[in-house]
Amino acid sequence: LGLALYAGSLCAVSGAPFVYHDYCVIGAGPAGLQAAYFLQQAGRDYVVFERSHAPGSFFALYPRHRKLISINKQYTGKSNSEFNLRHDWNSLLSHDRRLVFRHYSRDFFPNADTMVRYLEDFASLLKLRVQYNTAIIHVTLEKNEQAWNGHYFLLTDQDRKNYKCSSLLVAAGMWVPNVVNFPGSEYVEGYETVSINPEDFAGQTVLILGRGNSAFETAENILGVTNFIHMVSRSRVRLSWATHYVGDLRAINNGLLDTYQLKSLDGLLEGDLEDLAIVKDKKGKLHITLRFYLENRNISAGIDSITLPQDELDNFATRAPYDRVIRCLGWKFDFSIYNRSLRMMPGKGNIKKYPQIKPSYESKGTRGLFVLGTASHSVDFRKSAGGFIHGFRYTTRAVHRLLENRHHGVPWPSTVYPMTQLTNSIIKRVNEASGLYQMFSVLADIILLRENATAFEYLEEYPIGVLAELEMQTGRKARNGLFVIVMEYGRNFSGADKDVFYYNRAVGEAQHAWQSNFLHPVIYYYKHLPTEHEMKLRPPDWPLPRPDAIHHIVEDFLTDWTAPNAHILPLRRFLENCLSTDLRNFFAESCFLFAFTHQKLPPFCQQGYLRMQGLVGSQELRHHAVQAGLLQDYTQTDFLGDRPPDSHDGSQEQLMRDHEIPVRPLQHLVNAKDE
Amino acid sequence: MSAQKDSWVSSLLFLLFCASSIPWSGCVGLQQEPSPQHYFSGLGAGKASLAFFTPSVSPGAQPFLEQIESSAEALQDYGISVVKVNCPKEDVSRYCGKENALRKAFLFRGNRLIREFPTDALFDVNSIVANVLFALLFNEVKYVETLADLENIENVLKGKSNMVFAYVPATGTAEHRAVMEAAFVYGTIHQFVLTTEAALLKATSHDDPNVSSAWLLFCHCQRATDPAQPCRRTALGQPLTLLSIHRHLKLMGAPLVTEVAEDPEKVSTVHLQLGLPLVFILSQKETYEADRRTAEFVAWQLLGKAGVALLSRDLVNLNVLHRSNVALKTPDEGMPIQYLVLEDTDEVITLVEDRNKVKQIQEDEQQEEEEEEEDEDEKDNNNQDIQDDQVVEAVSRDKKRELPLEQILVLTEENFHSSLSEAARTVVLFYASWEAVSLAVLRSYSEVAAQLKGTPGVLLSRVNCWDWPGLCSQENVTQFPTIKIYKEGRQSVTYDGMWGTEELSSFILLSRVSCPLKLATMDEAERYLRGEFPSELSSHHHTSLLGVFSTATGGAREAFEEAGNILSGHVRMGMYFEDDASALSQKYSVSPPALLLARSGGRSVEGIALSKHSVQDMVQMIRDELLDIFPEITVPNLPQYLQLRKPFLILFSAGDISQMESEEMLKLAKGRAQQAFVACWLNLKKTPVGHGILKKYFSTTPSLPVLLWVNLHAGGQVFKFPPEQSITEMNILSWLEKLQAGLEIPSSTLSEEDWKPPLPAYDFLQMMEPPELSPHTSPHPGDTPVPHPPKRPGGDTATREEPSQESTAEEVGSPGRDLRGTAPRLAARDKQGKRHSEL
Repeated sequence: LGLALYAGSLCAVSGAPFVYHDYCVIGAGPAGLQAAYFLQQAGRDYVVFERSHAPGSFFALYPRHRKLISINKQYTGKSNSEFNLRHDWNSLLSHDRRLVFRHYSRDFFPNADTMVRYLEDFASLLKLRVQYNTAIIHVTLEKNEQAWNGHYFLLTDQDRKNYKCSSLLVAAGMWVPNVVNFPGSEYVEGYETVSINPEDFAGQTVLILGRGNSAFETAENILGVTNFIHMVSRSRVRLSWATHYVGDLRAINNGLLDTYQLKSLDGLLEGDLEDLAIVKDKKGKLHITLRFYLENRNISAGIDSITLPQDELDNFATRAPYDRVIRCLGWKFDFSIYNRSLRMMPGKGNIKKYPQIKPSYESKGTRGLFVLGTASHSVDFRKSAGGFIHGFRYTTRAVHRLLENRHHGVPWPSTVYPMTQLTNSIIKRVNEASGLYQMFSVLADIILLRENATAFEYLEEYPIGVLAELEMQTGRKARNGLFVIVMEYGRNFSGADKDVFYYNRAVGEAQHAWQSNFLHPVIYYYKHLPTEHEMKLRPPDWPLPRPDAIHHIVEDFLTDWTAPNAHILPLRRFLENCLSTDLRNFFAESCFLFAFTHQKLPPFCQQGYLRMQGLVGSQELRHHAVQAGLLQDYTQTDFLGDRPPDSHDGSQEQLMRDHEIPVRPLQHLVNAKDE
Repeated sequence: MSAQKDSWVSSLLFLLFCASSIPWSGCVGLQQEPSPQHYFSGLGAGKASLAFFTPSVSPGAQPFLEQIESSAEALQDYGISVVKVNCPKEDVSRYCGKENALRKAFLFRGNRLIREFPTDALFDVNSIVANVLFALLFNEVKYVETLADLENIENVLKGKSNMVFAYVPATGTAEHRAVMEAAFVYGTIHQFVLTTEAALLKATSHDDPNVSSAWLLFCHCQRATDPAQPCRRTALGQPLTLLSIHRHLKLMGAPLVTEVAEDPEKVSTVHLQLGLPLVFILSQKETYEADRRTAEFVAWQLLGKAGVALLSRDLVNLNVLHRSNVALKTPDEGMPIQYLVLEDTDEVITLVEDRNKVKQIQEDEQQEEEEEEEDEDEKDNNNQDIQDDQVVEAVSRDKKRELPLEQILVLTEENFHSSLSEAARTVVLFYASWEAVSLAVLRSYSEVAAQLKGTPGVLLSRVNCWDWPGLCSQENVTQFPTIKIYKEGRQSVTYDGMWGTEELSSFILLSRVSCPLKLATMDEAERYLRGEFPSELSSHHHTSLLGVFSTATGGAREAFEEAGNILSGHVRMGMYFEDDASALSQKYSVSPPALLLARSGGRSVEGIALSKHSVQDMVQMIRDELLDIFPEITVPNLPQYLQLRKPFLILFSAGDISQMESEEMLKLAKGRAQQAFVACWLNLKKTPVGHGILKKYFSTTPSLPVLLWVNLHAGGQVFKFPPEQSITEMNILSWLEKLQAGLEIPSSTLSEEDWKPPLPAYDFLQMMEPPELSPHTSPHPGDTPVPHPPKRPGGDTATREEPSQESTAEEVGSPGRDLRGTAPRLAARDKQGKRHSEL
């Protein structure tokens, strides 16, 4: 409360006046607003800085052709709001039922203007504290022993106004265009500014640099009016249906592939843009050559003296001159505003456009600085959905929960259940949870076992990259073992070169579940929390270290994992064997028998029947159980029956052996994905 | 147990080895000799051999040859070689020349011919071994045909050595072989006598024997001193095999009574090693002679069933009851020695025999089980995919039946709050449509709806949490199923009783009336106690509870009201605190604050002073007061009595119990012992699962009624009231005293076993292989396709890597399966080819 008194107050320390807040958020895009929502809900002192006059300024410009490629599904056949978020890629998380994207647009791929409108509503309906027209141009640190992280963040805006915060959440997005410099790159137009009017391209020959969705989107727009379009990039084209990564080329944009493969003049080429050079001839046509030739040429000579590849190789692919060259190479993070002391470093390799962060989304260089939203995608680049709204809305919530625990002593929210609810709680989550589904292999549900395996604690959507720090990060104890529930695609299924339509690609039988290809739940069991070292040494392509036991729930055509025999039964057996107990349900009558014949009772009887909450069951049900041979009908017992006492664990067990169970589970019937 | 068996099997083999007088050297199996001359010249003196002569193999002799060859190894154990002698064509000697000699086998000792066997007497290994040994041991094994012959031999042996008398239905059988093999080992120690005469069998065994099965008696003639008396006999109670005979002879050879002067825990005798119990007769110096006689008497009775040892208490410092006179040590590992006080020797014998009987049954069963398990293993080594959860299976079998749910309103996020205000009481079942327990409760709930149809002021509804997770978490529902009763759309009570139709509808009905119900007039209070007021509950026969308070007893009254909130729906509670409360209290002679309890429709009203003022105590007290003194235990009410954590004295009855029994038990229950145990009864007609309990306790169902003491919480012993005694308070009390003194032997003990997983899970970790061993399973995205790893037959990997053409070809190739194509793989059944990679 003491800090709250400060809130928003203008202070003057050491000359420079500043406004203090516990949390500063840079950027009022989807991630910034999402973070603001959680901070507001928790009653924290925060402010969001937005350089534009309204939220979502990126979406006001981009995508240039205005069609979002995130799915907005109107109908799923279900009313479960959590489940429906699995197929709503645009909404942010909130308690307000008005703020669901399908109320804003009926388009499957909505217009970007709708997103801007949605974000405006989100900020205003929820009364989020956003300070517009404030561009943060410099961020530096002020050392202070008292501060949460040993330092304060000092922010300066375009008007030289200063702000001071204990924790900085960077949700500034990725908006600096990626530019490649090569001889002649001055002739190249950028995606940011290129005309979006197809008329301007009529009868032209166009070369597009880049092979992402923006490149294909641009091509799609002008496909019908150009002579032909060539597209050049270093890497091969990655189709999102093959890679299962939504950032790769989406089918909605791939019209050019169609014309390329049907020999309709358009084409794709692979080559390193760094080796490229463009020369303009007198007619204004652009010729492709190689940097290598330019380096050898006589500087003073004109265009004619430049060697073109076709001079030596007369069937060189891009020998035809182009009218326009368009650069569609994506975006990178704006590193420029951070003082060196913050050590905001670019990542290495294919994630160099992102700042370096830990799997907890905290900057590697500065404690207390968290990167949210699309700029945090280095954690799961080309893997999961962390770079997109439908992914980072969950990781933002996870960061908020980490902060609540770290700074306010609010442990990660959890629910404690009796052990009998173990199978149920897992089945419930894998069937409806959207965070697990969207952020597969990144966020996981954690089940912490209590002593003697009588109860457990359920934590939702924890970032598995920091599993080793679970106790510190969540304020919960993991002394008696844990289960980690994630969703995974088959290990060898996704990839740019993979045939994802091959015959018999779907697994139907529970016993082969580990070979499942499509997204399916996987449960890891650890007797002890894995250490940081074990996390580092985990096998390649494993999201987690080798567990003590693992279970895959077999992939399902309908992503409905509630089948009693194919899904729930194998899961129960797995849990039983990890915990070394019997997790079956019993009718009250069976518990009654056990109470008189065993000194110990199975958990279901202990936690139900013994507490006077036995499952009596209707006549029909008990009759069915008798017919299945799982319950003995004693009403017709012949009294003189000389059956000796069962030697061990109960007549039920015995009965199971004695009776032929006529109905074999028909898991094969569910094998339906491969028609 | 099995380890023990192994050890004595090996000791037997060792014995056999030592006993074979002629050490065997050379190769195992059938020997070949080029010619008769060669054979005869090589025969060592005293060395036995079985020879047969063949010119060339005649087709008819083929089966015989096979048998001979396979018996060669068995005979070698006894130092007998089996030799096949080739007859040169020109040889016309005694063995080779004659046509009929070729159909015989010849047994030689040295080069002396002992016997000729026609090949048809040597039909299998048993007959070969039996006949050969029989011929060789004609001195050691006497064959008798009449009773007189047998008695003669017996008389000769008296005082000298013991006799083993065996009856076999025919020679050449497996039993015959077993007897002969035993004779080979023990022939020098005991006199063996064999017969095939059924008449002799009848003369030697008391009851009507089965002439088609073999029989063996051990006759203790060495100890027999009186020539007029026949020797004592101990029959072998098991089928005749070499092992059983060996075991029997070992037991007979052991001393009758072993004298022990050490800690019984450390004592080990032949009996224990052979898996039999050992009975200790605890002796003292003063009574040593008598004890010894007792021990010998008991030992004779138990011969072959248990060992008897005489333990001098003076020599060993035993930390047991002074009165104990018998101890029983069982061969099972870790079973403590039982010390008992027994009245006579018969008790000792029954003790052992009962134990053996149970054990035998268990062993048989175990064997059966093992066999079954083996069968199962062969068939299919996993039943993991078969449902063994009775609730889940029952619900899925009932899936197709349409439930009568018209009476139950379906609530959604939209109509939840508006619907709650429609009725005075709204019952809401929160459930998940995929969850078995929820669905089981939904079935009972639909029955409740039918029962309560038309009851004013009650609305039954349901929320499927699979459709409306937000609503369920908002209503704080974390488990399925949950039933809440909302009062005028606001505060709610969560149902915490049995998930049964009766219990639930009674709860709902009781919840309609506030708890406790404030009674305004004396008349109301009286009518309330008689069960006539309020009218909503008049059809309900519950114990009525009335709290009587004076205006001064505020604290107690508040606690009572709070207790009423907690017990709402379970208990019928009223409250009276008008000025004339004293009139009411005078009538029932209590002083406020007090409780009036009207059991069974107000015929009797008890008054209890309210001394405790904490809510928790009050709730507990009310619960305790509502328990019956001598209840009939049923499935729904058992948990209430289990919570008392006392032993049960329970009378199992086939139907209603008799007036007499009921009165006696009631006297007992009300008596001084009341605090120590729960006296109750069980009506097997009403609670048939009681049969299951009795079956578990006793190998044979006892005659009913049967009174049992069940130590449910400590030790789990079950004691059976002696059926010959009549069930009276006196008899039971004295029996209980004996029980407490440890003088009774439990009939059964409740299993202490933990509830382990019924079946193993799929070991996916192992199937996935250690990743470091198989880099091919995880190539990096973008890598070139990895060549196929070497195929491993059988493993899952092999299945996985199997090229798809194989199965396609197979499907195309097999006619009659081509219809499959019409239902595109929806029902692909083949266990093979779960998945094919076409990399």
